[in-house]
Amino acid sequence: MALLAQYVVGGLAVGSLYALVALGIVLLYRTSRILNFAHGDLATFGTFIAFALISTAHWPFAAASAGSLLATALVGAAFFFLVIRPAKEATLLGKIVITLGLALILQGATAVFWGTDTKTMPFPLSDTKVYRLGEVVISQISLGSFAVGLVLMAGLYVLVQRTRVGLAMRAVSQDMVAAQVLGIPVRRIFALTWGLASALGAAAGILLAPVTLLDPYMMLDPFLKGFAAAVLGGIDSMPGAAVGGLLLGVVEALFGAYVSVKFKTTLAFLIIIAVLVIRPEGLLGREYKRRV
Amino acid sequence: MADALLRVHNVETAYYGRLTVLRGVSLEVPPGQIVTLLGSNGAGKTTLLRTIMGLIPDQPEKGTVEFAGRRLSGMDPEDIAALGIGYVIEGRGIFPELTVEENLALGAYRRRGPEIRADVGHVHTLFPVLRERSRQLAGTLSGGEQQMLAIGRALLLRPRLLMLDEPSLGLAPLLVREIFRTIAGVNRDGTAILLVEQNARMALSIAHYGYVLESGRLVLEGSAADLAENPNVQELYLGVTREPSIKGWKRYKVRRRWA
Repeated sequence: MALLAQYVVGGLAVGSLYALVALGIVLLYRTSRILNFAHGDLATFGTFIAFALISTAHWPFAAASAGSLLATALVGAAFFFLVIRPAKEATLLGKIVITLGLALILQGATAVFWGTDTKTMPFPLSDTKVYRLGEVVISQISLGSFAVGLVLMAGLYVLVQRTRVGLAMRAVSQDMVAAQVLGIPVRRIFALTWGLASALGAAAGILLAPVTLLDPYMMLDPFLKGFAAAVLGGIDSMPGAAVGGLLLGVVEALFGAYVSVKFKTTLAFLIIIAVLVIRPEGLLGREYKRRV
Repeated sequence: MADALLRVHNVETAYYGRLTVLRGVSLEVPPGQIVTLLGSNGAGKTTLLRTIMGLIPDQPEKGTVEFAGRRLSGMDPEDIAALGIGYVIEGRGIFPELTVEENLALGAYRRRGPEIRADVGHVHTLFPVLRERSRQLAGTLSGGEQQMLAIGRALLLRPRLLMLDEPSLGLAPLLVREIFRTIAGVNRDGTAILLVEQNARMALSIAHYGYVLESGRLVLEGSAADLAENPNVQELYLGVTREPSIKGWKRYKVRRRWA
């Protein structure tokens, strides 16, 4: 029983990071219907910026993280203004392919700037220092990333549900033309969404850095997991992304513990297939309707 | 008229740069008046409104649109709206998953200040049902209530010109009358109105001036009273039949000759 609880706690800690990645994907999908394949690489890029700020510029960790989030947000917003927006004649599929291109460019840029060898990012939390909760043990790093993940999710919730800008974001996601004719600056809202989604990815990347170590492909696996979590929760639904992420983390941990460690990663894809077959709209998504 | 609020001059609009829908349309909306634009399906009425709002990229192909003396060509729809044009889209364009309250708040998105609250109060007096349903999701409203919400929301822009695209569409006759009464009231408060309608009888009953659009061309214009008297308008849009054949059905079609 204690062992089970231990796996669940570990799964939740990882799951909160999947949830962050998923939230970035869902946020952008909801407003623009674009599946951003560059999400993982934007996150990697952001993580490397944090790494550079800490190791080269000797910034303190918190400042470097904040700087990285801001820089990643700017890259995301710039990508919208410079590429996605001028390509307004492109179909949705075309735009998705463009994000694939951005993914490759960012991956290349990361490799050129920082090399392909694996690096370790100095991290203020330790993974050997542990806390005990009854029989469950949790490392400082897991607890920290879980807490930060929850705080970011709560912050995002407040931003989207409780602020004027959040209201405009929801409006734009439902009917762009109607929002435009009310004078809502749609382009700025889109750019903001791109920036926010990218920053969420960077946050997940920084929190993952002590676990995965840094290399230009570090976010590939978490991106796919985040994508699976988004599909699981309902690609339209932000609470769904959070729930999907946490759930995926737990299920994965349990699967790894009791069934097979080797196929742990495959599980995410089995889940995607299962969801698409059984409940295409996801756990918390609304009933699937074809958009015409 | 030199002092028209909205002036559309010789506008030609094409979709995708090829499919020409409007062929040299010129019309004017003077301040404080209701101008109606009549025409059958596919005549280009909605396209004209969308052109004015700047919603069709890189259009109009030719001609100019001026609002309060300012050229609108090349401006973004959101900035055109901010100049003081409210546009109620055909099919209402409400945000179904936002509450009534939130929908109204978005109407005042570009405005700041305490008078917004008073304006929301004014919309609530125009449409009391919106106050009752404040916290309800807009998608759960009936068609008539959605139309009221769309009009109320557009009014919160404090527009100098309100453009309405088929506000009577899909509504019960009693409701249509109510909506039109409200539109006339809004106009009395000083807002100019460009009203696109298929329900010509209702539209001409409140309008000052009217235009008839057919296949992308304006074929007729005149005061609302003159249009209502025009035999072609009567037959086509008001459903007045004259000279029935002996057996009570028409065996020939009168060739329409506009102008």
